[in-house]
Amino acid sequence: MSLAEKYPKEIRQILAKYPPEHKRSAVMPLLHLAQLQEGHVDRHAMQEIAALLEITETEIASIIGFYTLYHDKPEGKLRIQVCTDLPCALRGADKFLADLCGKLGIQPGETTPDGLVTVEAVMCLAACDKAPMFQTQGTNGIEYHEHMTVEKTMELIDGFKKNDGEVK
Amino acid sequence: MTHVLLRHRDIPNINTIDVYKKNGGFEAFKNAVIKMKPEEVTNVVKNSGLRGRGGAGFPTGMKWQFMDNKNWPHYVVANADESEPGTFKDREIMEQNPFQFLEGVALASYAVGANAAYVYLRGEFWQVAKFLDEKIAEMEEAGFLGDKLFGTDYSLRIYTHLGAGAYICGEETALLESIEGKRGQPRVRPPFPPSFGLYGKPTVVNNVETLTNVPLILSKGADWYKSIGTADSAGVKIFSLSGRVKKPGNYELPFGKTFRDLIYGEGGGIIDDRPIKAIMPAGASSSLIVADDKALDTILDYASVRTLGADLGSASVIVIDDTVSIEWVISKTIHFFKHESCGKCTPCREGNHWMLSVVNRIEHHHNPEDVELLLNVAKQMQGKCLCALGEFATMAVVTGIERFPQDFKA
Ligand SMILES: Cc1cc2nc3c(=O)[nH]c(=O)nc-3n(C[C@H](O)[C@H](O)[C@H](O)COP(=O)(O)O)c2cc1C
Ligand code: FES
Repeated sequence: MSLAEKYPKEIRQILAKYPPEHKRSAVMPLLHLAQLQEGHVDRHAMQEIAALLEITETEIASIIGFYTLYHDKPEGKLRIQVCTDLPCALRGADKFLADLCGKLGIQPGETTPDGLVTVEAVMCLAACDKAPMFQTQGTNGIEYHEHMTVEKTMELIDGFKKNDGEVK
Repeated sequence: MTHVLLRHRDIPNINTIDVYKKNGGFEAFKNAVIKMKPEEVTNVVKNSGLRGRGGAGFPTGMKWQFMDNKNWPHYVVANADESEPGTFKDREIMEQNPFQFLEGVALASYAVGANAAYVYLRGEFWQVAKFLDEKIAEMEEAGFLGDKLFGTDYSLRIYTHLGAGAYICGEETALLESIEGKRGQPRVRPPFPPSFGLYGKPTVVNNVETLTNVPLILSKGADWYKSIGTADSAGVKIFSLSGRVKKPGNYELPFGKTFRDLIYGEGGGIIDDRPIKAIMPAGASSSLIVADDKALDTILDYASVRTLGADLGSASVIVIDDTVSIEWVISKTIHFFKHESCGKCTPCREGNHWMLSVVNRIEHHHNPEDVELLLNVAKQMQGKCLCALGEFATMAVVTGIERFPQDFKA
C-alpha cells in the first residue's frame, strides 16, 4: 500500500506545517512516517516521497544516510539503542550493554537469530541522570526506558515477543 | 526560593492548561499583544540581562533587535535539539512545564513580528513532540494561538519539527537547513539568522530554557529578573548534574552559587564518598577542570567559570572522581565527536578521524609520542573549523592532556 493510501490524514497535516513553496521541509516527518510500520524506509516509499515533494530520490537517500534514526535496511523489529556516552558510562552503561548482549548471545550492533531484536550502542539521549537507559525504536515510534537492569530489559523483550511485536 | 523555570516542582499539574492559567499563565502574552508594542517586549527582555542558555550566552534581547525589518516574513525557532552529552534540562521543561515554554515562544514571536514559529526537537524526543502537539492544540482551542488573537490583527501558529539523530543539528544554521529538508550541515556565517535564517528570512533561534524565562520576565519585570543572580549573569540557570555524584539530576539555581554547593549540596557528594578529580561544566564539549578547592569554591556564572580556563556553556556539569582515568574520558569524547562531525569541513572531518585512530592506539599501547601527536592534531584543528563542533572536539583532549598529564603515562 502506498503512503498516500495508508496515511492520507497524517500527510495532509504534515504538509500544512510548511509554506507551500517550501514543501521540501516535509521530507523529515514523511520519512519518520514511512519508517513506522516496517522499521525502515523502502524503495517505494522513497520514490513516493520524492515525487510528492518534487525532489530526487538521490537527495532522499542522502538524507536517510545523514541522520542516524533513518534506516534503509530491515533489522530487528525492535531496536534497543543503549546510551554508552560519557555521562551514562560513568554510571555503568558499558557494563549494562555488555551484560545485555551476553544474555542475548549477540555483539553490540547485531540482531538476535530470530530476527526480532537489534541491540546498538548510541550517543547521549538526554537522560544522563537515569542511566543505564536505552530507547526502543519500533512500531510505536521511539520510547525511553530509564533506570534499566538486564532483568527488566529481558522482561520487556519477552513481552514484545508475546505481543507479536508491540512494546507493552 | 521557588522555581522560575522548573515550576512543576512547586505547582503540581502545571502541565495542564487549567492549572497553568490559574497560576497566571498566558497573561503576559495577552497583555503584550493587547497593550505593548513589539519593541517594548524586546526592551524588557534586553533590560532583564537574560543571556542565551543554549551554550554561547549571547544577550537575548540584543539578538531580537538584530532582526532585519526590511525583509519579511520573520520566523522564531526554538532549539530543542538538546544533544550535548550531559544535557537533559530542556526535556524536563517541555514535559513538565510545557505551557511556560510555549508562552515564551509566543512572546518572542510577537516581539519580532513572526506569525509562524517552529520547535525543532531532536528525533529521539518523539514522545515529547507528540505531547507538545497536544499542548499546542489546546492553546489553539483556548484562543492563545491562531488568527486575530485577543481581537487584534496579530496571528501566530507554532509547529513542531522532529529531527532524526544528529548532534550537529543543534548548531543553529545546521538546524535551519534541517527544517528546510536538507542534510543538517552548518552554513557559513555571517550572515547570521537574524538577517538570513529559515528560508532565507530573518529568524530568531533561541534555546528552550532561554525562552522559558521570558513569560515571568514580562509579568514580573526586568528589574525583578536582574535582582536574581550576579552582576555578570542575571537570573537563574538549570544545571544538569551527571556523572559520579550521588544525586544526579536537574537543579535550578540562581547564578552565584559555587561548584561545591551544586556537587556536594544539591548532588549529595561523590558516590562512595570518593575524592572528586575533575569537572566538565558544559558537557562533552567542555574543558576539563582540575577539581581542587579553588575550583570548587568558584562561583557559577559565565565570567567566573572562565577564570578556570573553561566555559559554563549549557551548564551540563559532568563530575569525574578518582576511579576514572582522564585518558578514558577523552576517548569517550573523541568517539562522540568523530561520530557527530558532519563531514562538511576538512579540519573537523579529518581531525576527528585522526584523533580517534591515535586514541585507540594509545588505549592499547602507551607511547608518549602518540600522546604528543594527539595533542598536536587537536591544536591544529583549533580555530580552523567551519562551526564550533570542531573546536568542541578538541577541548577535553587538550585540557585533559595538559592538566592531567599523570593519566597519560604508561
Ligand atoms: C555543535 C553545536 C551544537 C549545539 N547544540 C545546541 C543544542 O542542542 N541546543 C541549543 O539550544 N543550542 C545548541 N547550540 C547553540 C546554537 O547554535 C545557538 O547558539 C543557540 O540555540 C542559540 O540560542 P540561545 O541564544 O538562546 O542560547 C549548539 C551549537 C553548536 C556549535
Ligand atoms: S549520556 Fe546517556 S543519556 Fe546522556
